[in-house]
Amino acid sequence: MIKPEISIEATNLTKVYGSLTAIEDVSFEINRGEVLGFLGPNGAGKSTTMRILCGLVRATSGSATIGGISVVEYPEKVKRLVGYMPENNPLPDELRVVEYLRYRGQLKGLGPREAHARVEEVLELCDLHRKARRQIIGTLSKGFRQRVGIADALLTNPEVVIMDEPTIGLDPHQTKIIRDLINNRRGGMTFVISSHILPEVELCCDRILIINQGRIVAKGTSASLREEYIPAKAFRIKAKGELEGLIGELRSLDPEMEISALMEIDEDGFHEFSLKTLNPGIAGEQLLAVIQKNSSWVLREIADVEASLEEIFLAATKRSWEETLGRKPKKIGIVQMEPPLNEPEPPKESQSE
Amino acid sequence: MRGFLTILRHEIFVLLISPATFVAGFLFLLMMWLVYWQVLKAMPSKELPVSLFFQLFWLPVLFMVPLLTMRSIAEERRMGTLESTLTTPTTPLAIVAGKFAGAYVVFLSFWVLALGYPILTSFQVPEGSANFSFMEASPLIGGLLFVAVSGTMYVAAGIFASSLTRSQLVAAMLCFAILFMVILGEQILFTYSGNPETVPGRWQPILDYLRTFRQLEDFSRGIVDSRPFVLYFSSAFVLLGIAVVVVERKATR
Repeated sequence: MIKPEISIEATNLTKVYGSLTAIEDVSFEINRGEVLGFLGPNGAGKSTTMRILCGLVRATSGSATIGGISVVEYPEKVKRLVGYMPENNPLPDELRVVEYLRYRGQLKGLGPREAHARVEEVLELCDLHRKARRQIIGTLSKGFRQRVGIADALLTNPEVVIMDEPTIGLDPHQTKIIRDLINNRRGGMTFVISSHILPEVELCCDRILIINQGRIVAKGTSASLREEYIPAKAFRIKAKGELEGLIGELRSLDPEMEISALMEIDEDGFHEFSLKTLNPGIAGEQLLAVIQKNSSWVLREIADVEASLEEIFLAATKRSWEETLGRKPKKIGIVQMEPPLNEPEPPKESQSE
Repeated sequence: MRGFLTILRHEIFVLLISPATFVAGFLFLLMMWLVYWQVLKAMPSKELPVSLFFQLFWLPVLFMVPLLTMRSIAEERRMGTLESTLTTPTTPLAIVAGKFAGAYVVFLSFWVLALGYPILTSFQVPEGSANFSFMEASPLIGGLLFVAVSGTMYVAAGIFASSLTRSQLVAAMLCFAILFMVILGEQILFTYSGNPETVPGRWQPILDYLRTFRQLEDFSRGIVDSRPFVLYFSSAFVLLGIAVVVVERKATR
């Protein structure tokens, strides 16, 4: 039975290229109007999943539906519902922006007049309506090319917009334009956005889906993922006074508490340190009370620090590697930042096992 | 065939703004002018100037068709724009058919332009001033009909070659090799093996069926046989069919 609120449904999607399994048993649902961030290291299977959803690649097994329509059985119908911006955003260099968009509109089934009107709308929407509209695509900067790709994806006002790395190569101003554009359509269109710019994803996505080695390793809102992968509460404190005594007092709240110095001492004699605890009962007020006990300690700043999406991403991918290697996953409280974000490597033990 | 007309219009537009098309057009018209000039210099002759004009049709075809078709699919595959097109409701069949039709329209347009030479000459030279006719309708129409019919296969061969590779250069060379084999292969074969009449009996009808120049001769005389139509149209369908499968396979892998 088709659930009306579900816009995209993937069930046990698997894609095998020869001896390489690109994705395996990938299942997820995306509600209508939701903005989903699709994260994963390079080669994790993000683009393959997106290409399957667009009807561009056939899954080896499993099924996918867009708006309740099967991608495998009715690829042409599905393509009418989806606006897709592929990775690297290929564009013909010899055409003008307006010519290209009109051509794309007609390919997507718009009549000449309708295509004309819609092109004007998306040109304005993506801030291409001034000088860039008559410019040859081959002469456009990276940022403008990205905007042309986004304009193309939004051209038919599709139910689902899938964008593979839409903000790559954009400056902060252009990134904000894209974010605003997505925010303006939130609730109306369903967005699937793959990106390596994690703060960007956290800012504009309702839910996050993390894929690693072809498998979904985490899904949920950033808050729920934070709770699952980074259960430790973190605070940043900036204080002046006898530090050892202060740390001893703070440890009295939780002996397992991890305290690490962020900055030795600043020009005013203040120490800045971070404090991480797995005890959910500890709140900022308690820390404040401890520090205020002794008048020789001067507090300048106390802040509740949330784990970043980058930390969640690293924790989730690390846990998936540990599970793949058959090791019991550690209860992660504090995440090490060693593996590079875009090119994580499996732990060294994998070579010997 | 959703999107066929859109692709066709786009393809003609892209061909008309492509430098390769202008190079192909210029060289083609230059070569046909030289051919016609030599034909006129050789007059009077047993044959009509228009018939001789068409007998050298293969010379420009060998380079014009590769230049017209080499970028059609190969370049789109290299750029990744073919994949973008396939994310729309357009089918691989419509893409290949549209690209073929676009190149074929331009191919025919060049030939129509080349016919300007005999037509203009016949208007410029006063009637009765030469002991031969500059313009004869039947060899002109027959020759053009042959070029149009055989052109379906030649352009389809170019589209087929372009679908096999991401390199325009490789596509052009492959197309040239196919056309060379198809048009001149049997001539070369007979040149080295002796008289065509010495070919064993059972091969005779097959070789006759494939002889491009005999077909051209028949068309020029006004003999319109259905067999060349079947040969060229069916070959074009097969080549375009393979191109559709290749586009589909490469794009949905």
